[in-house]
Amino acid sequence: MTERAAAVPLADRGYLTERGFRAWATTLDHKRIGVMYLFTTLFFFLVGGLFAIVIRLKLMTPGPGFISDHTYNVFFTIHGALMIFIFVIPAIPSSLGNFFIPLLIGARDVAFPRLNLFSYWLFVAGICVVFGSLLNPMDTGWTFYAPYSTRTAAAVTVLAFGLFMTGMSTILTGLNFVVTIHKLRAPGMTWYRMPLFIWAMYATSIINVLATPVIGITFLLLAAERLFGIGFFDPAKGGDPLLFQHFFWFYSHPVVYVMILPAMGIISEVIPVFARKPIFGYKAIAYSALAIAFISFLVWGHHMFVSGMSTVAGVIFSFLTFFVAVPTGIKIFNWIATLYKGSIHLDSPMLYALTFIFHFIIGGLTGMFLGALGTDVHVHDTYFLVGHFHYTIMGGTIMGLFAGLHYWFPKMTGRLLDELRAKLAWLFIIVGFNVTFFPMFILGYLGMPRRYAEYPPRFQTLHIVSTVGSWVLTIGIAIMFLNFLRCMRKGQPAPANPWRALTLEWQTASPPATDNFETIPTVTTWPYGYGKKGDAGE
Amino acid sequence: MPALTFLHGEASRSAGEVDGAFIFIAAICIFFFLLTQGFLIYFALRYRRKKGEPDVETPYITDNHTLETVWVIVPSLLLLAIFAYGYVVFIDLKSPLAHATEIAVTAQQWQWSFTYPDGRTVVGELRLPVGRPVKLTMTSRDVIHGFFIPAYRQKQDVLPGRYTYLWLEPDRVGSYDIFCSQYCGTGHSLMRATLVVMPAAAYAQWVEQQEAKARQAKAGTEPLAEKGEELMEQSGCLGCHTVDGTPKVGPTLKGLYGKSVPLSTGQSVTADDDYIRESIVDPNAKIVKGFPPIMPTFRGKLSADDIRAIIAYLKTLH
Ligand code: HEM
Ligand SMILES: [Cu+2]
Repeated sequence: MTERAAAVPLADRGYLTERGFRAWATTLDHKRIGVMYLFTTLFFFLVGGLFAIVIRLKLMTPGPGFISDHTYNVFFTIHGALMIFIFVIPAIPSSLGNFFIPLLIGARDVAFPRLNLFSYWLFVAGICVVFGSLLNPMDTGWTFYAPYSTRTAAAVTVLAFGLFMTGMSTILTGLNFVVTIHKLRAPGMTWYRMPLFIWAMYATSIINVLATPVIGITFLLLAAERLFGIGFFDPAKGGDPLLFQHFFWFYSHPVVYVMILPAMGIISEVIPVFARKPIFGYKAIAYSALAIAFISFLVWGHHMFVSGMSTVAGVIFSFLTFFVAVPTGIKIFNWIATLYKGSIHLDSPMLYALTFIFHFIIGGLTGMFLGALGTDVHVHDTYFLVGHFHYTIMGGTIMGLFAGLHYWFPKMTGRLLDELRAKLAWLFIIVGFNVTFFPMFILGYLGMPRRYAEYPPRFQTLHIVSTVGSWVLTIGIAIMFLNFLRCMRKGQPAPANPWRALTLEWQTASPPATDNFETIPTVTTWPYGYGKKGDAGE
Repeated sequence: MPALTFLHGEASRSAGEVDGAFIFIAAICIFFFLLTQGFLIYFALRYRRKKGEPDVETPYITDNHTLETVWVIVPSLLLLAIFAYGYVVFIDLKSPLAHATEIAVTAQQWQWSFTYPDGRTVVGELRLPVGRPVKLTMTSRDVIHGFFIPAYRQKQDVLPGRYTYLWLEPDRVGSYDIFCSQYCGTGHSLMRATLVVMPAAAYAQWVEQQEAKARQAKAGTEPLAEKGEELMEQSGCLGCHTVDGTPKVGPTLKGLYGKSVPLSTGQSVTADDDYIRESIVDPNAKIVKGFPPIMPTFRGKLSADDIRAIIAYLKTLH
């Protein structure tokens, strides 16, 4: 360990050479824009996490707590809205996607670099507007259900405009990626030679382009109702309150796949590299990403089984919902099969990738109870649901993000991470996460509703367990972030290809030069040719 | 089904049925959980390479059609079975019960009120005789709420401007929580009520008492304070205020009359008749320190006589 030794300067800082605010703020380099997105989104992950810690502290006691019930409601709204709209939706696509799509397909930049920079600043402007709404903070939950959201005194209109802007930025980024993937692949990179991360980002971008306009329009309708009293949603004004939920979930269900598909893409890259085996069922994984993207548009009603929607609609939506489970299951089986007879390196990226699978299985299986009509009636809007989506989003997507950050850290910074600290952080995170969120399944089955500032005392024990878990989780995340910060400046200089991976980003310098490749590579094969050819096992 | 009752009591047939579906799905899920996590962890450890050891040569396996067919078909069939079970239970929960007594449920921020066929309205408590099926016809006065009885595994959102229904079979005597499950604002988590399932005789006796009281009110022989108490229940005051000394969304009304009330402006005011009247018709004129300015006005809803009755009731709360 070079613990106390002074940091070794990098021989070549590549795309990081130019310093200063202007050089970053006006850059057209997709890598720098990706890094800016990464810092922005991770910052809001930490802010959202702080709110979560306060929420959990409040829930230690069943009665009135150290924050008022109204403040509690504001806090879970801010927590949810930040985590969903400002963190998870853009986190992997806009940061790692921006950085690595051109590198993985052997391009020098995205198709529209100026638009890319514009998207970033639009995103930041949107966040500023969102923060403007804190003057009279939102208390509606991140779901904005009307007519509560059309009646509350909180600054819903301002927030809606802010999210409209970040949504616009998401659409532009999605378009940019679709065009980039179609047009800028290196010579020889056919569709079936594309890394699976690219397939995942392609499916994600399509959802973003098609679904985001719907939520944008919904926010505008909401604003129109609040500003001009036009009755779209409030029955007192002649509107229909379920209409809002249909619009909202028509967007927000596909968007849960925007949250999970990119992480699945990262897992599909990490597993073969660390198992030294070809990915099992390449085409099945690639097409299941597209299948998920398509089917995800047909199942929004499974959020509304008890909303008062018709029974027939409920039955149809439940039936379709189980179709999404099939491609998702295929992916999980394929990843596990890839491990078979591998030569597995349990380095930190792999640990996070395996943790993703571990949590995602739990998240997926608990989804069965929510997709089946009879059982959803009971656990809908309880902590069972809160447990389910934290297992998929935090336990899944965020673990995928962490896997990606550990995997690509050497490429992005030109330095290696401290493995020991990375593994220590992982241990705290996996223990803390499960202690925090597993009790929620039991709480939910016992009937504890979500969004409850106060609750009957019989639920207290499990809430205390969960809160203690959140402290362990916090320690793990703190260790991980400190490790990132420290190794960004002091880590050992990284070789171009520390993991001996075959995808193109590793065939160029760490960190890459501004134009990525000295000469654009010509691709002759798929990127998963690990293992001995002609030896197909037993 | 004896089912998951060890976890929490099954209080009606619907609970047993939902638990049956739960157990069925759980059995499938536990099987797949063990299968997938088992292979995941086993492979990760079995084929693990220690630091410093050279790579072993790995086989070049890219797919296996038999295996892949099996793991598409088998889970698909199980998924269909899960869907079907969930469907059957759901349809049963939604099916009308013969000879059901109809009770109207009104939700408003932040209380539940129940109106019986004889016209009586009770707030915060739904009393039912055991063994007689019930149909709840529910609507909301303001935003969306959710009517949730965990012990029955039953839940249904309650919408403004529309009716939704729920059929209950109170099979077992006891008292059970009713929660609001759809977020509805500041007092959401306090929007609870109790379902009391009583033996038939005790229920009849309770109805008798209630009806006597109602007759008295109609004849105008009811004491002013009692009328005030009823008005407070019916108007929704108790959604936010208690009369037992604990603050809720708004300050408690116990011991309010004649007390000095601290205001958000830093001043304070004595709670006399006029202050109480103003707080009812123009609630935002003076805000009690530490509480949000969210109380709606009751101007036009409560007459001068009504307010007098309420003040009379408040005077009795010491
Ligand atoms: C640090 C770890 C976290 C903890 C301890 C935590 C805790 C919680 C708790 C207790 C609630 C329920 C609040 C209630 O219903 O009263 C909640 C809600 C929520 N959380 Fe988290 N959370 C964490 C991380 C995340 C992450 C990473 C995401 C998404 C990326 C997320 C997204 C949400 C959302 C969308 C809600 C729903 C908010 C609502 O009901 O409006 N959380 N969280
Ligand atoms: Cu409610």
